[in-house]
Amino acid sequence: MRSKGILSELGRNKSLYLMVLPGVVLIMLFSYFPMFGLLVAFKDFNFRDGILGSPWMDPIYGNFKYLFSSTSSALRATWNTLYLNTLFIIFGILFQVGIALIFNEVAGKYFKKITQSLMFLPYFISWIVVGVIAYNLFSIDTGVMNTTLSSLGLGSVDWFATPWVWPIILVLFYVWKSTGYGMVLYLASLTGIDPSYYEAAKIDGASKFQQIRYISLPFLMPTIITLTLLQVGRIMNADFGMFYAIVGENAAIYQTADVIDTFIFRSLRLNGDIGMASAAGFYQSVIAFIIIMLCNKLAKRINEDSSLF
Amino acid sequence: MEHRIGNRMYHGLMYSIVVLFAVFCVTPFLLVLSSSFTSEESILQHGYNIFPREFDLSAYRVLFLDAGRLIEAYKISIIVTVIGTIASLAITAMLAYPLSLKRFKLRKALNVYTLITILINGGIVPWYIVCVKYLGLQDNLLALIVPYLCMAWNVFLLRSFFQTIPEEISESAKIDGAGEFRIFLSIIVPLAKPALATIGLFISLMYWNDWWLGLTLLNKVELQPLQLLLRTIQSNVQFIATSAQGAEIIRATGGRLPSEGIKMAICIVTIGPIVFLYPFIQRYFIKGLTIGAVKG
Repeated sequence: MRSKGILSELGRNKSLYLMVLPGVVLIMLFSYFPMFGLLVAFKDFNFRDGILGSPWMDPIYGNFKYLFSSTSSALRATWNTLYLNTLFIIFGILFQVGIALIFNEVAGKYFKKITQSLMFLPYFISWIVVGVIAYNLFSIDTGVMNTTLSSLGLGSVDWFATPWVWPIILVLFYVWKSTGYGMVLYLASLTGIDPSYYEAAKIDGASKFQQIRYISLPFLMPTIITLTLLQVGRIMNADFGMFYAIVGENAAIYQTADVIDTFIFRSLRLNGDIGMASAAGFYQSVIAFIIIMLCNKLAKRINEDSSLF
Repeated sequence: MEHRIGNRMYHGLMYSIVVLFAVFCVTPFLLVLSSSFTSEESILQHGYNIFPREFDLSAYRVLFLDAGRLIEAYKISIIVTVIGTIASLAITAMLAYPLSLKRFKLRKALNVYTLITILINGGIVPWYIVCVKYLGLQDNLLALIVPYLCMAWNVFLLRSFFQTIPEEISESAKIDGAGEFRIFLSIIVPLAKPALATIGLFISLMYWNDWWLGLTLLNKVELQPLQLLLRTIQSNVQFIATSAQGAEIIRATGGRLPSEGIKMAICIVTIGPIVFLYPFIQRYFIKGLTIGAVKG
């Protein structure tokens, strides 16, 4: 009876089902199959037998033992991923909201158009190009930083061998690339605020700072919360492109700039160690899943509407 | 009076910050541009500079001696971007439209099905195995296109736009006897043109700037798109002398490749089309980001 209902529904809306079919299949292939493929973390994988055909690891957690052995850099990569992503989220919001608020205060159609275009430009550039820019700025002999330092008589620094500066440099690149993009969302919310709020505040003698603190910021809060939660939910995933293009295979700064995604990529493509790579990927996915669930719970507690699902 | 001076200082400060930040954003581009026009001796002696000390084209000359490889990479990037954008836009829109219809029975289930893939993923290892072992996506052009055809994020952006079109429009056409697909093509698509243009631009930017697919799924150097060629040359400038024109390049440069300049020159050649099109397309991006801001 029920299956007949499904059939007749399929028949009646045939074209709608046909329309969604390609998308549904592609999502199945490239998102759901890999999710089930996480199984590979418990297998002694070889390409000939595939994911299901390969034998189980013995012991079954074998790949993980290797991953967390003392020589492994997986824990360091985990720490770096969490630490750097936290910095990106904090500084990202500070700059996106801050610049949006300031930009909202200036006038002049052409002035605004030109400055906003310049700020948005870095978003359009691939990380590979950013990698070239990083080289241009920080290379030891010819980099702009060092030529500037030595022309001031300060000597030069081997940036690509100095781990502690990289969190700062990476944050700067992140801010450089994401602010123009991020501020658009906040600007849209700011222009939606009824001007009469500000007029009333002015009459009551509120300073500019107070107007921002008590009118603009509260209006931006829902957007800030939603966007932050989305980012926190992805805190275990580093931006592979960014790290691979800027840091690459420069082991001298892995101490502060090696992240889970680059670690997995190295194990997979350079060392060909699928076992360890898949164990690291499994571990990353599980923690990411827990964090997303917690985030969603938190979002629901703050505001029913800003939960993710 | 005091109040007015304070006000003027306040505005002066705001303008200065905006200008400073805009300069901060654009300076790296100028740096690369100027470096690409600087002679190798000058770079090695004085380092990269924001203005070229003496104008010099040798980096570009060497780069274009090996133009074959560059043109090949350009061709691949263009093919991938054009085919990828058209196919992806069609597939994305065809999934997004039914997801916006209240009369579509599977709407809720498929929404969750799509949303989950934004939040959770299997990571790169199983993805890589699925692509290479089961789908044969290795060392061919399809490998640079197919994996990105249906991105959940784009589906949601388009869906939230389709939701702003009153469902009565398509419903009344349906009562008049039009099929769903015809309604979609002849009524919905024309109405959604601005949104489709924006998402299409997002998609083409994604394909143009991508090198992840090439990095993981290609072993053949000949198939490298532009971005990947840039990376190959950046990490090994000598690579440029390995081409068919290698001997000629070595002769032309007296055996001394202007390696620093070449890295910057190919960087300019790579971002050239984007920077050139940028003034025309950027307002669509800004508009598109704001439709996406409607939470779905």
